[in-house]
Amino acid sequence: MAGTGKAHLRTGEDVLVSVEDLVVEFPCGRGRTVKAVSGISFDIRSGETLGLVGESGCGKSTTGRAIIQLPRPTSGSVVFRGVDLADLSDEEIRQRRTHIQMIFQDPISSLNPRRTVGEIVAEPLRVWGPSDADEQKAIVDRMLDAVGVDPDAARDKRPHEFSGGQCQRISIARSLVVGPDLLICDEPVSALDVSVQAQILNLLEDLKAEYGLTMVFIAHDLAVVKNISDRVAVMYLGKLCEVAGPDTLYAEAAHPYTDLLLGSVPKPDPTVEIDESLVDDGELPSPINPPSGCRFRTRCDRATDVCSAEEPKMRAVDDEHFVACHHPLVAVAG
Amino acid sequence: MADNVAGSPLLEVDDLRTTFTIPAGDVKAVRGVSFSLEQGRTLGIVGESGSGKTVLARSIMRLNLGSNVTTTGTAAFNGSDVLTRSPGEMRELWGTEMAMVFQDPMTSLNPLVRVQRQVTEHLCRHLNLNRAEARQAAVDLLREVRIPDPETRLRSFPHELSGGMRQRVCIAVALACEPSLLFADEPTTALDVTVQHQILNLLSREQTDREMAMVLVTHDLGVVAGRTDDTMVMYAGTVVEHAPTASLFADMRHPYSEALMRSIPRTSLPSHTRLAAITGRPPDLIDPPSGCAFSPRCPYVQDQCVNEEPPLVETDDPAHRLACWTPVGSPEARAAFEKNLAAGLQQAVAVDISAAPSSTGGVDG
Amino acid sequence: MDTALDPAAPTEAARRPWIRRFVSKMPWTTRFCASWLIVIVGAAVFADLIPGLADPNYQGFLFGDGATNESPSLTHFLGTDNNSRDILARIVYGARVSLTVALAAVFMGVVFGGFFGSLVGFVRGRTDSAVMAVVDVILAFPGLVLLLTVVTLLGRRDLVVIATVIGFLSIPPYTRVARANALSISRREFVTAARAIGTRKRSILFREVIPNVLPTLLAYAMVNAAVIILLEGALAFLGLSVEPPTSSWGTMVNAARVDLQINVWPAIWPSLALVFTVYSLNNVGDWLRRLRSVRSAAL
Repeated sequence: MAGTGKAHLRTGEDVLVSVEDLVVEFPCGRGRTVKAVSGISFDIRSGETLGLVGESGCGKSTTGRAIIQLPRPTSGSVVFRGVDLADLSDEEIRQRRTHIQMIFQDPISSLNPRRTVGEIVAEPLRVWGPSDADEQKAIVDRMLDAVGVDPDAARDKRPHEFSGGQCQRISIARSLVVGPDLLICDEPVSALDVSVQAQILNLLEDLKAEYGLTMVFIAHDLAVVKNISDRVAVMYLGKLCEVAGPDTLYAEAAHPYTDLLLGSVPKPDPTVEIDESLVDDGELPSPINPPSGCRFRTRCDRATDVCSAEEPKMRAVDDEHFVACHHPLVAVAG
Repeated sequence: MADNVAGSPLLEVDDLRTTFTIPAGDVKAVRGVSFSLEQGRTLGIVGESGSGKTVLARSIMRLNLGSNVTTTGTAAFNGSDVLTRSPGEMRELWGTEMAMVFQDPMTSLNPLVRVQRQVTEHLCRHLNLNRAEARQAAVDLLREVRIPDPETRLRSFPHELSGGMRQRVCIAVALACEPSLLFADEPTTALDVTVQHQILNLLSREQTDREMAMVLVTHDLGVVAGRTDDTMVMYAGTVVEHAPTASLFADMRHPYSEALMRSIPRTSLPSHTRLAAITGRPPDLIDPPSGCAFSPRCPYVQDQCVNEEPPLVETDDPAHRLACWTPVGSPEARAAFEKNLAAGLQQAVAVDISAAPSSTGGVDG
Repeated sequence: MDTALDPAAPTEAARRPWIRRFVSKMPWTTRFCASWLIVIVGAAVFADLIPGLADPNYQGFLFGDGATNESPSLTHFLGTDNNSRDILARIVYGARVSLTVALAAVFMGVVFGGFFGSLVGFVRGRTDSAVMAVVDVILAFPGLVLLLTVVTLLGRRDLVVIATVIGFLSIPPYTRVARANALSISRREFVTAARAIGTRKRSILFREVIPNVLPTLLAYAMVNAAVIILLEGALAFLGLSVEPPTSSWGTMVNAARVDLQINVWPAIWPSLALVFTVYSLNNVGDWLRRLRSVRSAAL
């Protein structure tokens, strides 16, 4: 798994974002680099929600941030509406910020504690207009209302006066106020309680329909990703393992890692037998010095010599299901 | 309670209340919790943040530090109340009789001390081992919690280990003196899902092998489902439902348990299934609502719920205890729901919308 | 009294003037300390207008008007010093020097140190290394030598020179404090969020980073001001502060040293003023910092 290849890329007019060979590396002292993302490719169709799922350290958040060029990727292209963002200057990127917005994991930390909610949501308007104060206020109020926060009660309060769920709503309002096409959600519900999590997921679904958003939804929780995504990409150690529609992926995982992930999710149903045979006492290898060939081979019970020698390429299971594995769990042509 | 089958319970908690006094008022974190736990059994405590689940566990362990905490009630461990013990007497219990595994394995280990000393510290104090014996015991413990190459790992510092390895070390520390009761407070919340699976398996295995009693505190219904004998659902400092895990999941009677179950996304549901979110927010614990604490968010709410606090009583199944005036599935609940729906009550409408079949998803729950 | 802490009445409290809301949260010791600071600053600024306050440089005994080392009396509330000058008047006028020096240090520290520190903490990279290298050099340079050099070169040691040199020397520590804070604040997600919105870097620095650095810096300033007042006293003790007969608290203690066996009071009064002021600054500074940490804890 954990392979390269572009068999899963689609063509057509409705592809909004196309990421190819994305590499992000960070220096970590003594001349070493953390290989956070190592050459992944994917695309997102207009109006689609792409779920990026994987465990911590798999590079899913880094990928999300590389799309908005914060920070800039080490190499690879991010083509948004036919323009490669990686080729643009900082100022040209800044000019395109309104098209791609982001919401973050920690709703409280993503709001400036010294500003009022009204100022926070109006901030994008301060940069991009309209500059008329009344007009700004009207837009802010409309947006707060749309995310389910009472504008009159909230406007003059500061973030610490709100719960995590409400702060996340405010953060969503801020990102939508400029009318983006693409919304990158970086673990937006991980820090929230389960009951609030459902509220935010429903809200995102509603807003997506209302504003015609395209979303990248990054999360470690497979159930959450399944619930909200139209297409799911599983990542491991900076590589893509498997790409498929959510129902297909969860019903017939082709990649051993996807299978391991799914088997590990605790099911809220005592009648489901817990799979004790899932003897995975393996450790995530270091992203500074990842394994050769397939990066998952050190934890994979199907691994053979070919896995260490050769990196698997993305192959089609069917039209909508792609896997990068030498020994997939379902039959793959070619 | 009286429904124990064999012997006297290992832990019997009666009307435990814990209050934190802060400038803004008294935070009533635990508001009268009673339960019992027998040797060798596992109890899952499920609740959201602010439900009092962690405070409850820490109150029994007497780990709530600070002069602003008051705990009343009794918590009888092997027949003697731990809440009246002096700190010195508690020290005799900690480690040897009761132990705890914490949420964050990074902060619960001392970053400046090698694994060996952290594991053997308790052993040396309680069992008077010499260096070589302690080292051997530590190696055995690490091997038992399935840490590969334990001899090398003993010389590591906590930051040199991964999160899962650190939690294994924490479990080794907790198990070192063979406690008869283990509290695991959100032991896997900080860990990845595959590691969570490993750690939960490890805890289950140790619990069975040692015939320990275990209290597993978590916010995740999925974590308790396959791994506990009994489950207690907490809301706003009180127990709302307490039942054998299998019967709880088969027959959720409390509206909060039901709502919690409905609001979590599950891999078994089709994509884009509309979730029945619980409307509103958890209550203010300084000034909790009158009557049932869940009443402001409950789709089955009626006048009695607002005025009178429901007691935790046995249902037709004596092992299934419930604190609700309108249990889910009862005719009163159906009537109350219809009435609330007709009145346009937000929480009832929210449930109704998501229960309706739509083009993208099936019926939930 | 603490209505601001009553959760039921936040809107009511919010409508009151901010100064009253502020004061209502203070413990009484802090109120006392804040009052002392207001009194001493007010007296120093308006010293010339205070009715009945003696001329601080008037040596009465030369004109047969009073004696040296007088005890407190109705004409001289705190007595007179060994040159028969009114101690109260000298303390009030001396506060001008002591407080000006402290103010200069805090002002230059917060403005320049705060700006450079926030800037380099935000942009990091080479600018950071360069600025911090300069800061470290200044920190390592003995302040006394610099002061001596400047005083000798300029051939004068009036308030402006002393205040400027001490102010310059206090920039580096503020830079360090500001940088450390800006580093952690720049990593917070609201800064990333601002970048994702398309806010310009300069705007992020001034609108997101600096407002969050400032409270810590001001709390540090309160403590630092106390240190500076003591430093001025120490310089005066070495004869390196303002020229006589201009008084400062430090010079007063220095002058009283000679006759310490005869009369300790001319040394004790300015020391008391110094102790009170330093204590008050620390107390108010601590309170401000606590206020801030309560707010961040609520985050």
